Amino acid sequence: MSDRLEGHVKFDNVGLRYGTDPEVLSNLSFTLFPGSFYFLTGASGAGKTSLLKMLYLAQRPSRGAIRMFGQDLVTMPQSRLPELRRRLGVVFQNFRLVPYLTAFDNVALPLRLAGTEEKKVVKAVGDMLDWVGLSHRAHAVPPTLSGGEQQRVAIARAVIARPKMLIADEPTGNVDPDMAQKLLRLFEALNHRVGTTVVVATHDVHLLKKVPDSLIMRLHKGQLSDPTGALRYPPRDSGVSGSGAGSVSGSGAGSA
Amino acid sequence: MSTLPPLPAASDSKEAERLPERPRGRAAARLLPPTRLTGPIPWVIAILIALVVIAAAGGLALRNLATSANAGLSRAVSVQVIEPNPDLRAARGAAAVKVLTAIEGVQAVRLVPEAELTAMLEPWLGEGAASGDVPIPALIDVELTGRAGPAEIARIETALAAEVPGARVDAQGDWLRPVQDALTALQYLAFGLIALVALATAAAVWLSARNAFAAARETVEIMHLLGASQRQIASVFLRDVVREAAFGAVVGGLAGVGAVWLLGRQFAALDSGMVSGGGLMLTDWLAIAAIPLAGVLLALATARITIALALRDMP
Repeated sequence: MSDRLEGHVKFDNVGLRYGTDPEVLSNLSFTLFPGSFYFLTGASGAGKTSLLKMLYLAQRPSRGAIRMFGQDLVTMPQSRLPELRRRLGVVFQNFRLVPYLTAFDNVALPLRLAGTEEKKVVKAVGDMLDWVGLSHRAHAVPPTLSGGEQQRVAIARAVIARPKMLIADEPTGNVDPDMAQKLLRLFEALNHRVGTTVVVATHDVHLLKKVPDSLIMRLHKGQLSDPTGALRYPPRDSGVSGSGAGSVSGSGAGSA
Repeated sequence: MSTLPPLPAASDSKEAERLPERPRGRAAARLLPPTRLTGPIPWVIAILIALVVIAAAGGLALRNLATSANAGLSRAVSVQVIEPNPDLRAARGAAAVKVLTAIEGVQAVRLVPEAELTAMLEPWLGEGAASGDVPIPALIDVELTGRAGPAEIARIETALAAEVPGARVDAQGDWLRPVQDALTALQYLAFGLIALVALATAAAVWLSARNAFAAARETVEIMHLLGASQRQIASVFLRDVVREAAFGAVVGGLAGVGAVWLLGRQFAALDSGMVSGGGLMLTDWLAIAAIPLAGVLLALATARITIALALRDMP
């Protein structure tokens, strides 16, 4: 089954607990389709970061099934996970830049890990830094960059390899409103021009209105609710999702 | 910032998703912080390798010494003719030589000249050894074609009993048996020491790799989440471990060989027949030269296992 039909990501009755603590996420069932733009909202402690960790393969679920790009994550051997991670771009909440590497080398990491020829890396990273307006800071190390600059380096690193899915955890949390607006435009550009599926976690409700075609998943006490109908199954043809590619299906057990 | 740059050639393609064996060259150099040989581990490895080299050289020299002594004495028999009357002693000595020469299995017989015996005993007896006041037995060195075991000794005693009654027959190897036992024990000690130092080397490398991994954990997690395979991450760490171990191995190997060479010169100056049998052969030097290489391989294997165990905890 193609991604278009099956979705990039399919959660089926997924639960997550840390150790013997109660579940921080319960009964999550939803599908993310290619080329869609999702916002994941919820108060602090609702489980957004935990859900994102499962999406960017930093955490395996305690129960349930997850399929990503047509592959079963629960039964997949650890040695095959890097292949999937290379199809993802992640903007971490605290950027997670390597502090001793320059902005250039940080952005180059995904390509170097993929074994891309150095000549191509230099060209691609130069273009990408130009794109995020940081060409003049290419040789600066993260501690000498401002919060907004670090954010843009993190974004450039996330998109340099043109991921199939971009996951961003509170990407506008450390920047001023103007920069937040620019970053959102950047994500939209990636979504529209490259077809990358975008998942942005945010607690900023004002942000949600700034991407018209976006779909919203709301987390509350570890369960998903469905304020825009994004998780309804079968997916509705029109309405909140707007764009054809933006059809999202799901049966969030926690749907309100 | 609104227009996306052209796609990098290798991205969004199967090429980007396949896992390269390991980062190479400058790419590898840029994945982890640049390290310098400033920590204690290379020096700890150097000291341990030097100790292994010295212990191995000692063990091999003792083995050679034991082999040489055994080869020289295992076929040797001493016959003493104890007779206070010098004329009678000379006659009985000559008779014993005649009997011994006729025995089957005897390769050589030599009546040790009285002057040689006197010179040999002079350090203990002083000038009295030459005065004739102290009766010195006639001594005959016999070399057999085979090993001088109890049966051979009994056969010689029987042959001598008629012509030279009271002659005392001894296998020379018996006198050195306690020495040989001590040499064997020292060899075991040397090889035990090598095993212990090898363990200590492995422990030092394990600690080093674990600490390096802990120090770079944040970076490793980032690389991991960006799609680095375990092998890629491990290979970057191993590069540093090999570098440190190689440095320690070369320095330690040179120091150890230097110490062995100096010791060899000191022992050679003793000009002792026994010590000269403990020299190192070409094969021994080759074995010693292999120790630093073995140290690097041990470090590599230890680090690989340590890092694999640490990476196993990551999702």
